[in-house]
Amino acid sequence: MAVDTGNNTLIGKPQSRIDGPVKVSGQARYTSDYSFSGMLYAVPVGATIARGKLLSLDTKAAEAMPGVRAVFHGGNIGKLYRASFLMADLVLLDEKRPPLADNDINYFGQYIAVAVAETFEQATAAADAVEARYAAERPVMNFDLLRGTELKQSDHRGDAVKALAGSPVKVDEVYSTPVQTHNAIELHATVAVWEGGNCTLYDTVQGVGNHQLVMTQRLGIEREQMRVITRYLGSGFGGKISAWGHCCLAAAAARNLDRPVKLVLSRRQAFESAGHRPATQQRVQLGASAEVKLVSLQHDYVNTTAMVEDFTEYCAEASPFLYSTANMSSSSALARRTIGAATSMRGPGAVPGSFALESAMDELAYQLRVDPVALRHRNEPALDESMGIPFSSRHLTEALNAGAERFGWSQRTPEVGSMKRDGLTLGWGVAVAAWGAGRFASSATVDLRADGTARVSCGTQDIGTGTYTVLAQLVGERLGIAMDRVEVAIGDSNLPAGPLSGGSLVTSSLVPAISRALDEASQRLVTAASLLPDSRWSKARPEDLEVVKGRLGLKANPSGPALSFSEVLQQTGVRSLTGTGLSDGTILEKPKLSKHCFSAQFAEVTWQPEIARLRVSRVVTVIDSGRIINPKAGRNQIVGAVVMGVGMALFEGTEYDPRKGVALNSNLADYVMTTHADTPDIDVIFLDCPDFEVNELGAKGIGEIGMAGVAGAIANAAYHATGIRVRELPIRIEALLKRNQTGRELKKEPWQTHPTTKTKPQPHRANDSPDAPS
Amino acid sequence: MRAFTFKQVARQEEALLLSDAHAGASPGEVRFIAGGTTLVDLMKLNVERPSVVIDINRLPLDKIETTPDGGVRIGALVRNGDCAHHPLLQSRYPALSQALLSGASAQLRNMATTGGNLLQRTRCTYFRDTVWTCNKRVPGSGCSAIGGANRMLAILGASEHCIATNPSDMNVALTALEATVHLQGKEGERSVAIDEFFHRPGTTPHIENVLRPGELITAVSLPAPAPGSRSLYLKLRDRATYEFALASAAVVLTAASGRITHVRLALGGVGTVPWRAHEAEAALLGKGPSPEIFRRAAEAVLQHARPQSENGFKVELARRCITHALTTAVAGGGEQYGS
Repeated sequence: MAVDTGNNTLIGKPQSRIDGPVKVSGQARYTSDYSFSGMLYAVPVGATIARGKLLSLDTKAAEAMPGVRAVFHGGNIGKLYRASFLMADLVLLDEKRPPLADNDINYFGQYIAVAVAETFEQATAAADAVEARYAAERPVMNFDLLRGTELKQSDHRGDAVKALAGSPVKVDEVYSTPVQTHNAIELHATVAVWEGGNCTLYDTVQGVGNHQLVMTQRLGIEREQMRVITRYLGSGFGGKISAWGHCCLAAAAARNLDRPVKLVLSRRQAFESAGHRPATQQRVQLGASAEVKLVSLQHDYVNTTAMVEDFTEYCAEASPFLYSTANMSSSSALARRTIGAATSMRGPGAVPGSFALESAMDELAYQLRVDPVALRHRNEPALDESMGIPFSSRHLTEALNAGAERFGWSQRTPEVGSMKRDGLTLGWGVAVAAWGAGRFASSATVDLRADGTARVSCGTQDIGTGTYTVLAQLVGERLGIAMDRVEVAIGDSNLPAGPLSGGSLVTSSLVPAISRALDEASQRLVTAASLLPDSRWSKARPEDLEVVKGRLGLKANPSGPALSFSEVLQQTGVRSLTGTGLSDGTILEKPKLSKHCFSAQFAEVTWQPEIARLRVSRVVTVIDSGRIINPKAGRNQIVGAVVMGVGMALFEGTEYDPRKGVALNSNLADYVMTTHADTPDIDVIFLDCPDFEVNELGAKGIGEIGMAGVAGAIANAAYHATGIRVRELPIRIEALLKRNQTGRELKKEPWQTHPTTKTKPQPHRANDSPDAPS
Repeated sequence: MRAFTFKQVARQEEALLLSDAHAGASPGEVRFIAGGTTLVDLMKLNVERPSVVIDINRLPLDKIETTPDGGVRIGALVRNGDCAHHPLLQSRYPALSQALLSGASAQLRNMATTGGNLLQRTRCTYFRDTVWTCNKRVPGSGCSAIGGANRMLAILGASEHCIATNPSDMNVALTALEATVHLQGKEGERSVAIDEFFHRPGTTPHIENVLRPGELITAVSLPAPAPGSRSLYLKLRDRATYEFALASAAVVLTAASGRITHVRLALGGVGTVPWRAHEAEAALLGKGPSPEIFRRAAEAVLQHARPQSENGFKVELARRCITHALTTAVAGGGEQYGS
């Protein structure tokens, strides 16, 4: 049956979250809120070297401590298996080596044991008391990633090298982004409960189905023996997609001791052993004609990865199709470093990639003396030139125009430092970005009930973005009932298999599955009509009946009498009827159309050279991502993405000491993130152009695209304000102090005559204590 | 965290007796706890490992009172939040209120106390993480910060044994305001000028101040504000709030007839102790305020800067901080925090 996309009462209207009241009143149970009788607490022990061998482990003292029930290590925890990791299975797992698998240490904090005790404090004390001996090797920690690394070409058309050589205007620069840690406020946690041979994991995951599959394989049990529950998640940002080592430790400890076990990572452990966005170094080369047309684009990059795990941050994913150019190439490589496994973090690839490409585009605009928005307009492609296929929908030109108008871009004067307001120097910058659109395979069931309510169930989860609410909207809209009449059951692997919350794909995946489930439920309602006491319905042929907005009526007489589904069920003595819907994924299909979403980001910074203070004051973000199902939750998500983008531009970066490979700022005070006081005025514009190639409502994802482009726009604005082009994120005060207050290059201070580099600290000869005034 | 004995006391004598009972113990074995914002944090990190913790929160040291000489006496247990929002302090010692409000978060300020803030320990990563050597934590073990990630650390007053920064904002304001710290020990009371309260690291970075074993901070007093003086606190840092200073300045200044007739300048974020800039004050006193004079004042103190591998930028940042703070003070302005 056709989906009604007009006259909506719920879809496309701003809706408050249906799970809002339980969250703000503290009734929502997050993973670590689950406690069970007889439950023990587990605290992992991390390696205190970043590379080498674990020689021996002394657990005697720890085992003898009060309340301690066990200290598990490689020798006594039992078999933990490697999981298969075929994309065809959609098993996502970024640290494939099972914890405690061998005595090789490849990063600081890698688990070497886990202490289990009656209380969290006892387990913590026991974990501290475990003594390890190592044969340590030198960590591999330098972040000059391009140097000496051989790259492998992934995309090319034309001859980018030759075209660049012949270009009158060129940009050739290197851009760097640091390791970033997700820092969801809810820490990773697992509560494992075994009953007989069956395991229930209350876990902090972005995919209950994926987690069930991985953990089943890890523990060597059958799928029906494993249940994963994530009713609420305090954000994930990609960091809770993989089943990290601690999940195995908790599950194995609970199995071995036959008691429930709770394990909550510390913030530090989350930095060390639960994923991060890898560091990148990217070289972008652009060649342009005097007519402001790109004639060559090269985007080459290297990202860090763990010593024994492969993770590619696809920085150049959008580069082949974002702009029109006959000559293009990209290449990449991995740089193995002694840090934990990298994983997806909001907008993987697109976010650092856009920073590099869009910074280079801004540099090109300055060289060409052309407005940065005009440069992008001039190079807008008519189709996806990488595959030679049309875009399913692309409204980047409209996005740039809408953003420019809202921002007041026409008032921009391009000269560095030329714009002032209230004694502050202003900088205005723009950047664009793209992210893939598509669907995961999904199933869902919808129950229509005699009491006039409906229940929708799906093995997906709400990671804080509003999936509960979207499901209530989709079902309420089609059935013509209020959202509070729709019960939403998600966050449980026992429910019909649903999509992983990753890649901004949940909503677009759910739309067709729910639609088909409602189609089937409607068909069953039609079938049930034969049992109705009123002959008007029982005598009608099924093909003459239809269900519109949850009401059964005659096709021939759409405004005539109709029965609500509740009336049909009550009159036929049925409590509920169920429709099931299945929809396929698009991940592995060969596309006939290029499906993406796009964003245009405009940023304003204020600059006070007299105190070297740069702040982001204003962001206008325009999102071209199909139809927005819930503009309120959608806006919320984009605002959060911009806040994260501000953090990436100015604050965030996990710092390591190369001598030990330790993350130095592994806490929320030292890992600097955007606070409310740093949050700019954020204006979100949804173009709301449906893309019916993705699903019948034209909805695409918005989780990643809101963050992509933000850092680039801010870096470009910072250049406009300060005249300093910062190509290494985050943009810190030291980079902005390179010029004096009137914009001239600073003279070198005497101590700068022997510069030391950040990535390779030199042996230090200690300074004498200066004679200080007193 | 090491297991410890927790004792609560209601009277000062009790606290002193208890701490004296453990006088023979090694340093750090006995700790007084007030707000706990530093101590509990460091105990969880195994950096502080006391065997006895004496809770002094019930002692009657939570008053702010004016003194006969026109000054004010702030009890050691006055919460940083209460101190920051106290009308008398806000109007007469704005630098103190501004410094307090620029530090930590509202939640931390509601717990942290005046006495505790004086003893706030460094945020140096290498001090806070026991996998590293640190002369402050384990005397003689070596300084990992030298040659390490020292971006946040000191350019003034460091030694080859320690380059850790004093992290407090309050201490910087108290230094410019020429506060006195009042102490009570078993031998009686004594008072120490704040400029003499803190020890530079030298060869004994684990000894951070003049406190004797078992001695308790009871109050901080401020002299009456200099006639016609203004005071302010300017803090420069990576983000707008909830972050330690890269460079900060507390200024107390009186200008009359086009001359600077009284000035006190203290710096934060750059020194191993709250840094009183006496030479800068001397360069300013009696002079007509001008950008050139302010620059010279900054040079007078920053000529002693000895940056590390990552914090050379602090010299230029401190220069701008001092200059801007003085310019603002002369112009009669101040800095709004939290906006």
